[in-house]
Amino acid sequence: MLDVKNLKVRVDDKEILHGITLSVKAGEVHAIMGPNGSGKSTFARALAGHPGYEVTGGQVTYKGRDLLDMDADERAREGVFMAFQYPVEIPGVNNAYFLKAALNAKRKHQGLEELDAMDFMALMKEKAKILDVDEKMLQRSVNEGFSGGEKKRNEIFHMAVLEPSLAVLDETDSGLDIDALRIVSQGVNAMRSPDRAFIVVTHYQRLLNYIVPDFVHVLSDGVLVRSGGRELALELEEKGYSWLETSGAGART
Amino acid sequence: MSTATKTIEDLANTEYKYGFVTDVEQDIVPVGLDEDVVRLISSKKGEPEWLLDWRLKAFRAWLKMTEPHWQNVTYAPIDYQGVSYYAAPSEKKKLNSLDEVDPEIRATFNKLGIPIEEQKLLSNVAVDAVFDSVSVATTFRSKLAELGIIFCSFSEAVKDHPELVRQYLGSVVPHTDNYFAALNSAVFSDGSFVYIPKGTRCPMELSTYFRINAKNTGQFERTLIIADEGSHVSYLEGCTAPMRDENQLHAAVVELVAHADATIKYSTVQNWYPGDKHGKGGIYNFVTKRGICKGNRSKITWTQVETGSAVTWKYPSCILQGDDSVGEFYSVAVTNNFQQADTGTKMIHLGKNTRSTIVSKGISAGKGQNTYRGAVKIGKNAANARNYSQCDSLLIGDRCGAHTFPYLEIKNTTAKVEHEASTSKIGEDQMFYCESRGITKEDAINMIVSGFCKDVFRELPMEFAVEAQKLLGISLEGSVG
Ligand SMILES: Nc1ncnc2c1ncn2[C@@H]1O[C@H](COP(=O)(O)OP(=O)(O)O)[C@@H](O)[C@H]1O
Ligand SMILES: [Mg+2]
Repeated sequence: MLDVKNLKVRVDDKEILHGITLSVKAGEVHAIMGPNGSGKSTFARALAGHPGYEVTGGQVTYKGRDLLDMDADERAREGVFMAFQYPVEIPGVNNAYFLKAALNAKRKHQGLEELDAMDFMALMKEKAKILDVDEKMLQRSVNEGFSGGEKKRNEIFHMAVLEPSLAVLDETDSGLDIDALRIVSQGVNAMRSPDRAFIVVTHYQRLLNYIVPDFVHVLSDGVLVRSGGRELALELEEKGYSWLETSGAGART
Repeated sequence: MSTATKTIEDLANTEYKYGFVTDVEQDIVPVGLDEDVVRLISSKKGEPEWLLDWRLKAFRAWLKMTEPHWQNVTYAPIDYQGVSYYAAPSEKKKLNSLDEVDPEIRATFNKLGIPIEEQKLLSNVAVDAVFDSVSVATTFRSKLAELGIIFCSFSEAVKDHPELVRQYLGSVVPHTDNYFAALNSAVFSDGSFVYIPKGTRCPMELSTYFRINAKNTGQFERTLIIADEGSHVSYLEGCTAPMRDENQLHAAVVELVAHADATIKYSTVQNWYPGDKHGKGGIYNFVTKRGICKGNRSKITWTQVETGSAVTWKYPSCILQGDDSVGEFYSVAVTNNFQQADTGTKMIHLGKNTRSTIVSKGISAGKGQNTYRGAVKIGKNAANARNYSQCDSLLIGDRCGAHTFPYLEIKNTTAKVEHEASTSKIGEDQMFYCESRGITKEDAINMIVSGFCKDVFRELPMEFAVEAQKLLGISLEGSVG
């Protein structure tokens, strides 16, 4: 599904990612962990196509196509989704209206008929129920005045409606209390399927108790320093991120 | 410059969609302005003596005035002698149905996506289509007449209802009010006249589509709306203009009079040719719009969506004379490329318990300059007057500008005045958020801008709101990223 080779990314003239290599197959869940400032969000944004994140080297293939050749909106219509660590407020734009525009842009791209208001509302209601999203949230402006937790839940709600092939969740767990975390995780787990992949970015292993990953990668200083199975997350939790540095595991190769 | 800004600017380079010229024979007065031209206009229109005298008084006053330059706009000097002051389609016979309208003119309306027949059938709107300066089509007149409502061209009102015109003309905007109002008073060609009798609720939105067409012809529309006691009317004004190389002067005057318990809602969508992306051509729009809430509990609401013109200079205002009267101003002004707008309102509180609301949304893109200029005056007898003002500016790209000049003059200590202002930029992050959901740049911009303008669009009649949103999209196409 996704093949990242030696990806280098620069922001504001500073190289943040120094060559990331990662392969994600359909049906898999990959967790990316790492200390603050290690480049997790940079990786997520680069995959989603943020224009401020300049790719200076490497390749990214998505479903056999050059992902880096597509603009952010095209990537999204091709099935790439990123849940933001800090979702953006868009005053005056109704959340449901926004999502309908997004979904129909994607459907049009896929050659499907656009959903009318009735069908869309039905879909929204169904998804809102699964994620325990208050329907009032759908009629408010996108993220405006949402609490931190509401914003995160809204991101997952968008994901549920848009049904991406590749979902990148950037620290969706932060800002959620345990109940919300459980609901959001259930929502994600319900979407796991043989033709969908997830990259779950998190600082804490807590989330991985709920969304059990197939692979765990540790990012430090813009380099993937460790990759392993689920047990790597537990090891990290036990020993802390400082273990990476002291063990010399962070050395670039 | 960031990538997003660059894209915004790339997008901002779309051509004016409504740039076409209709080929209809024009009846044009020779270029230049003196007393003889004023007399000629008046006689061509077959006007009574008193009106000619009024025009001449205005003309003489205008000669003694100088063009104002306090606005935050710059433009090449206007050659007032290089303009022809009157143009009318040469066919002037009375029409009973739309089928009799010149097919060319109707085609023009169709190109604009405003098919009159459809409006007539579907949206219950009576359309008094002003083509250049003279009305060529009027609908629904008989239905309105049954209720005693007068909705006709200004010229017809002069002929058929001279006592009303004489009583109210210049009563809100005197012929000496300002340079452009004086000029208009001297040479106005035509416009609309509305009278709503006591206790009558006008059953449909009244609408007029103005269009500048004759080359090198200044447009001097004159509109007068009178709402008698306890009446209610909603009036829509919308404009587009064909592409032109030379700057065209437009100096309209609109006067509104609301008697006790009457309500006037005046909505404008203005989309005159703004000039090309290099700042060449475009309309100069110097308009005087003012309403008086004469009676107690009367209410006037101005709503405007200004997307066109090279230079806009416009301050729809309310004189709140009656006790408990209400004035409202809702505005969206867009400037793109080299457009300049200096617009806002004046709320003049004279009566007790008068209330006013100002919501201004300025959007600047390209090298556009957008100025909000608003004055709130509370007179010494205006006990418990209230004003709430909110002025928000949205910048697209980093070569445009937004400026806010609120003026306050309070002579009564019981007044309460609130002012809120904000300036924001369409951020890379907002754009990226939309795009990361699959929404294109153009749609994202439209969405963000529409969201920003929501409080104003909400005030527009439904079908107008849709049109306004479209215009906003068109005028920002190629400006946003
Ligand atoms: N937009 C940006 N402008 C400047 N520096 C940035 C930007 N985004 C990220 N960085 C820098 O890149 C590094 C990695 O940040 P980030 O990817 O957000 O880390 P993480 O998500 O792992 O906490 C940090 O040093 C951060 O300061
Ligand atoms: Mg982060």
